[in-house]
Amino acid sequence: MRVVVDFDLCESNAVCMGIAPEVFEVRDDDFLYVLQEEPAEELRPKVEEAVRRCPKQAISIEG
Amino acid sequence: MDSIAVVGASLAGVNAAATLRAEGFGGRLVLVGDEIRDPYDRPPLSKQVLAGTWEPDRIALPVDLDDLDLEQHRGVRATALDAAARTISLADGGEVAVDGIVLATGATPRRLPGATPTGVHMLRTLDDALALRAALDADPARVVVIGAGFIGAEVAATCRERGHEVTLVEAMDWPLARVLGEDVGRLLAGVHEEHGVDVRLGVGVDHLEADPLGAVRAVHLADRSVIESSVVVVGIGVTPAVEWLEGSGLALDDGVVCDEALLAAPGIVAAGDLVRWPHRGFGEVLRIEHWDHAIESGRAAARRLLAAPGDAVAFEPVPWFWSDQYDRKIQLAGRAAPHDEAVVLSGSFEEQRVAVAYRRGDRIIGVLGVNRPRQVVQGRMLIERGASWDEGLALGDGA
Repeated sequence: MRVVVDFDLCESNAVCMGIAPEVFEVRDDDFLYVLQEEPAEELRPKVEEAVRRCPKQAISIEG
Repeated sequence: MDSIAVVGASLAGVNAAATLRAEGFGGRLVLVGDEIRDPYDRPPLSKQVLAGTWEPDRIALPVDLDDLDLEQHRGVRATALDAAARTISLADGGEVAVDGIVLATGATPRRLPGATPTGVHMLRTLDDALALRAALDADPARVVVIGAGFIGAEVAATCRERGHEVTLVEAMDWPLARVLGEDVGRLLAGVHEEHGVDVRLGVGVDHLEADPLGAVRAVHLADRSVIESSVVVVGIGVTPAVEWLEGSGLALDDGVVCDEALLAAPGIVAAGDLVRWPHRGFGEVLRIEHWDHAIESGRAAARRLLAAPGDAVAFEPVPWFWSDQYDRKIQLAGRAAPHDEAVVLSGSFEEQRVAVAYRRGDRIIGVLGVNRPRQVVQGRMLIERGASWDEGLALGDGA
């Protein structure tokens, strides 16, 4: 599983960080950082939820 | 339960339908929606769609209705419900009889009293947004926005960014003060003024003046000032769309009155803007009009409908919303009012970048952020687990 963020769409609402803080972090500079681009499979449900709940539909999963 | 109807085909209804299927419901699933269009996402309407940077195909909801095996009644309004019989009457004369019902008809924009001249817009649907966009494309000399709530403030910001002259009229002393407090209201008014908006606070609208052809020509305010304008946007809030439920047997009180797990009557649940329910975590009866709530309550209502007796789970989300105005992102997780204490965690109102925590009793109940998304989401996680006020205050450390 590979996490892809479209940073042109991302508005740093930080919803993903609330759902999967292991993978997504909005830092104090207001930018989103992907902490693990290829997270472990057990994180898939959380990442999928983050994909669904992103207000900008900026996150996708490859693989 | 062999058949379920979801009434309302926007964010709450579509999430309810998708959840019913995801949870294994294999029976007849009916979706009733009063718009012909495919379901779409509303937040971009006042921003990217109005700005003209996004076209309608960009805001389709990320759900494929074909996958859900639905019996669809689109472009058809539900006109009545018999709650005991679980029968829904449709505007086209049809009738839907089912075992379970999800009520998700949303809310309707409030109108100014009196006749509405042409050139007066509201913004709720995609068609509304496209009509307003077309009016702006004709390059009016000035746009008057009535109401500085979220919709009005976002419309004003988008109109300024498009280069229009804008007057923003708000009857209260400060924008959004009832929801977010006076400090935030003052900040937001300042942001709009700095961007060149003519902000008129604490003054109501007396009447709209129309020309002989019935087109709006000016807005007359209660202080006798007159603002000439051919494009007026009314954003004075919404009311839950429950008229069609009068006489249904359901309890209505500014929404559909539900239990703590969103049940309105046996076999009938509600979701989205129209649900009024007791939130156990906050000890308040709430009705919430935000995007995230539509998703969360749509899912929870669907699960409640399918739950075995005794398995119902109380709906206790931490509400969350955002509003984008110019380069400011306003977010609130949890509740801002009523509170016992409000403390600035980081930043300041003066720099228009601030995080504020709200205390009720010994708990943190809310975090408000202006360009502080990190602290808002951290606050949301704390509130979700019922964290203490001291833990909440620690959010300010190192920020």
